[in-house]
Amino acid sequence: MLADKDRIFTNIYGLRDKSLKAAMKRGHFDGTKEIIEKGRDWIINEMKASGLRGRGGAGFPTGLKWSFMPKESSGRPHYLVVNADESEPGTCKDREIMRNDPFTLLEGCVIAGFAMGAHTAYIYIRGEYIREREALQRAVDECYEAGILGRDNSCGWDFDIVVHHGAGAYICGEETALLESLEGKKGQPRLKPPFPANVGLYGCPTTVNNVESIAVAPTILRRGGGWFAGIGRENNTGTKLFCISGHVEQPCTVEEAMGISFRELIEKHCGGIRGGWDNLLAVIPGGSSVPLVPGKDIIDAPMDFDGLKDIKTSLGTAAVIVMDKSTDIVKAIARISYFYKHESCGQCTPCREGTGWMWRVMERMAVGNAKKSEIDMLLQVTKQVEGHTICALGDAAAWPIQGLMRHFRPEIERRIDEFSRNADLDRPHLVAAE
Amino acid sequence: MSVRRLADDSMQPQAFAFSAENDAWADATVRKYPEGRQQSAVIPLLMRAQDQEGWVTKAAIEHVADRLGMPLIRVLEVATFYTQFMLQPIGTKAHIQVCGTTPCMLRGAEDLKAVCKKKIHPEPFHRNAEGTLSWEEVECQGACVNAPMIMIFKDAYEDLTPERLEEIIDEFEAGNGGKVKTGPQNGRHESVPIGGLTSLTEDYDDLVSKQKSETETGPANGAGSQGAGAGATISAPPSEAGRPDTESSYTDPTIDAPGKPADAAVDESNERSVSDDLVAEAKDPSAGQEGGAREGGTDQEERDAAEFGQVSGDDPKADPQTAGGSFVDREKAAREAVVQDFKTVEDPGGPDIDAARDATEVDDLLNRGGQRLEGERAHTSDTGAGAVYDDTFASKATEGEAGSAGAGTGRPIDQQADLPQEGEDLGEGEKPQNLIDGPREGETSDLQSIKGIGPVIEAKLNELGVYHVSQVAAWRREELVWVDNYLNFRGRAVRDQWVDQAKVRADVGTDSGNGSES
Repeated sequence: MLADKDRIFTNIYGLRDKSLKAAMKRGHFDGTKEIIEKGRDWIINEMKASGLRGRGGAGFPTGLKWSFMPKESSGRPHYLVVNADESEPGTCKDREIMRNDPFTLLEGCVIAGFAMGAHTAYIYIRGEYIREREALQRAVDECYEAGILGRDNSCGWDFDIVVHHGAGAYICGEETALLESLEGKKGQPRLKPPFPANVGLYGCPTTVNNVESIAVAPTILRRGGGWFAGIGRENNTGTKLFCISGHVEQPCTVEEAMGISFRELIEKHCGGIRGGWDNLLAVIPGGSSVPLVPGKDIIDAPMDFDGLKDIKTSLGTAAVIVMDKSTDIVKAIARISYFYKHESCGQCTPCREGTGWMWRVMERMAVGNAKKSEIDMLLQVTKQVEGHTICALGDAAAWPIQGLMRHFRPEIERRIDEFSRNADLDRPHLVAAE
Repeated sequence: MSVRRLADDSMQPQAFAFSAENDAWADATVRKYPEGRQQSAVIPLLMRAQDQEGWVTKAAIEHVADRLGMPLIRVLEVATFYTQFMLQPIGTKAHIQVCGTTPCMLRGAEDLKAVCKKKIHPEPFHRNAEGTLSWEEVECQGACVNAPMIMIFKDAYEDLTPERLEEIIDEFEAGNGGKVKTGPQNGRHESVPIGGLTSLTEDYDDLVSKQKSETETGPANGAGSQGAGAGATISAPPSEAGRPDTESSYTDPTIDAPGKPADAAVDESNERSVSDDLVAEAKDPSAGQEGGAREGGTDQEERDAAEFGQVSGDDPKADPQTAGGSFVDREKAAREAVVQDFKTVEDPGGPDIDAARDATEVDDLLNRGGQRLEGERAHTSDTGAGAVYDDTFASKATEGEAGSAGAGTGRPIDQQADLPQEGEDLGEGEKPQNLIDGPREGETSDLQSIKGIGPVIEAKLNELGVYHVSQVAAWRREELVWVDNYLNFRGRAVRDQWVDQAKVRADVGTDSGNGSES
C-alpha cells in the first residue's frame, strides 16, 4: 500500500485547511520558480522520465504530449487547456482535486504552461460542478491576490488562468469537442489532423490535458521523475486516484499506487465487496466506456494500463464500478447504452443512429424479448460503429456491449429462452383445424 | 442525441434583460476571452440567464446573440445542444435532477425516480399541480462514489435513500430548501469511506481539531465551510429554492483576476472577476504573450490578414474592436456589424451582384479591418449561388479563353497539374504595365469579386495601382506571378487563377450592364 508520504493529494478529502496559506504549508508552490528556471527541456525530460501517462483515460504519455507543442513561436499564442469536464460514468476524481486540493492543479498549470510556451490556461469544468467551480475560482483568486498568477508573478512566468464551464455535454470531454465548446459552439469533435498542438483553441497551438495529469506534475518535478517512476510497474508508473463505486461496502475515492491488485484495493479501502468475495459478479474497471470483466478474472489483476489490457479491458479513468450478484447485468449495460445514445453529438451517422439502435436492442435483451440471432447482429453493429466515427464515443458505446457479450452471452440466451417459454404460456393453445 | 426544442410561444416571455448586477457580471465574463472571441462567453451568459429566469427563454437567447454579436442560429444551436439549459419552465421551488446512470442505478437510483414520480409528476419535466416542483433524470453527475445522488440547482445531495429524498422534497416544497444539508446524507464526509479514513491518516486528529476550531470561528478564506466540523453551515444556500442564489460572487472583488475591468469608467460597485492583465494584453499583444491578440481566422479575409500580417492586432485604425474603447462602444459596433436574418435573402450573392458590390459595403468591411462576422461571408463556396457561379465560370473558361495562367479551369484544382503548389518558386515575373493612379471615373474598386481577394489584398492592390477587374484580366502569366510575389502570396494568385476569373467577371459585368439598360 502506498505510504501517506508518497501521496500527492494530501487534502483530497477536504479535511484540512483549503486556503492557499495552508496549501503552501503542505508544500504546494514550493520552489515553482526554481523548477521553471531549470528550463523547458529539463521539465519535459523529467516528465518523460517519470513515465506519467495521461490520466484522462487514453493513457498517452504526458511528457511526450507536451513536447509536441511547437518549439518556435509562429506568432500565435500557445494555450494550455485543462480538461475538467469529468463526465465518464463512474469517474469523480477530478471533482475532489478541484474542490479540495485545487492548488495542485493551479501550480501544474503554471509549470505545464511554461513547458509549452503558453501564457494562458483555460480550465474547462463541467457545468454540473457548480460548487467545485466556485472553489476553483476562489483558489485562482487567492493565487492572483498572492501574486502567484498574473503578470510579473512570483513563479517567474507570466500566466493567467481562466475558469470556463460547460453546460452538460459528455462529448465535451473529447479534446476537440472541448475546444469547440470553449469557442462558444456546439461541442462536436473536429477531424484530426490538424491536431490541437498545431491548430487548437482559436486556431492556435493548444495542449489539452486531464486535471489529474496536470495536478501531479509539480510534485513529480519537485521530487524527481525517478521517484514517480519508482512507484508501480514499468510503463505503468506512479500514483493514481481510484474512484470505487457500486456494490462495495464503502465506496470512496482514494489515491493508490498503480498496479495495486484489485483485491487489495477493495480490501484496504472499500471494506470488501457487499456480501463477500463470492458475491462478486463483474467489474467495470475504468469508467463506463471500457468492457466489463467477470469478477473472477480481475480479483488478482494489477490495476494499471497493461495489467487490465491483459484481461481485455482497460484502466480508463480508474473509475471502478463493482457489481455483485444482485445486479441485473444486462440492464446495467443497457443503461450505459442509453447514456451513449443520450450523449452522442449527432455528427457522425454510425454513432448517431447506432447508439440509439443498440440501446433499443439492449433494452429488449434485458427482458429477453429478442431472437438469438440478434445477439450476433448486435455484435456486428457494434463493430460497424467502432472506428467509423470522428471521435471515440462510437468506440466507447460499442465496447461495453462487446464486453457483455464476451462474458455473459449465456445469460442473455437464458433470458431469451425464458421469455419465449413464458410467452407461450399466455398464448391460446393451438389446436389443429379439423 | 436528445431532441430538444424551445418552449411553446405561448409560454415565452416577451422580453429579457439581465439585472444590473448580472449585466455587469456578463460584461466582466466577456472580457475574460481574447478580443474578437466574445463568442466563447455564450455558455456562461446563457447559464446566467437561466439562473436569473429559471429557464432559458427565447428572448434570453436573442439577447445573448445580440450581445455577443453572434448569429441567432449559433446561440440556438448552443441552447438546444447542451442539456443543462432548461428550455421550458421548471418547478419554482425545486427542480430535482436524479442521476440515473449505471453507478447510481446500482445503488438505487430507480427507487429515487419512483419517489419523484410519486411525489411530483409521473412524467419528467412536468410540474406538479402547484407548479412548485419538477424533476428529470440526468446522466452521470460525477459523484459516483456518493451514489445515489440528486442535484437541486447548485447543490448535490448524495448517499440518498428514498425516505431521505422524500424528506428533502418536502423541505423544498415548504420553502426550507436552504436549510437542507448538502452533500452526503448518511453522515459521511464527501468521498471519505464511510467506515473512516483508510489513507492520509497521519496527524489526522490534530488536523481535524484544527479544522473544527477554524470552522467555529468561521474560516477567513471562505473555503472549507462544509468541512467535517459539527454544525457546518451551508456556504450559499439557495435563497429562494426556485431561484438559485446568483448574488454570491465567487470572486472576491478586491482581487485581480482575469476579466477585471481595466476601464475606470466601469462602475466600481460592479461585481468583477477580471484582471487588468488580460485586457491590457489584448491591447498590446506583444506584452506577456507570444503573438497577436487575434489569431486563427475563421474566414478568408481573416486568414489573409493573419497570414500576411496586413491587419495586426495592435493597429487601432485597422481594427477598432481590438483597439479597445469603452465596452459599450464595442458592443454597439458589434451589434451594428451583425447581419440580420433578412439580409441573406436580399443578397443572393450571385456573380453579377458581386461585381457591382456597393462601395459603401466595401468601405465598411475595410473599416472593420477585414473582420467579417460569420453569416456575412461572401465569395466562399458555402455562401449560396455556388452552382451558378461554377457553371458560368467553367463554361466561360472553356470557351477557348485558355489564359496564360492555367487552361482547363473547369477541373478541380487537384487535377490541374500545371498549377503551382504552395511555396513553389514561380520565378520573379514581370511588373504589370497597366497600372493606374486611381479608379476610373464613376467606378470604384471591384477587385473583391475575384475569389481570393479580400479587403486586405484589395487595399494592397489599390496601392499598387490596380483597381479594376478588367486590369487583372489583361495580365499575362508573368505579370500575375510578379503581383503574387509583390503580395508575398506564395503562388496563391496563380493557383486561384485570378486572370481567368477576372476575364469571366469582366464578361459578366458587361452582360449585366447591357441587361439593365435594355
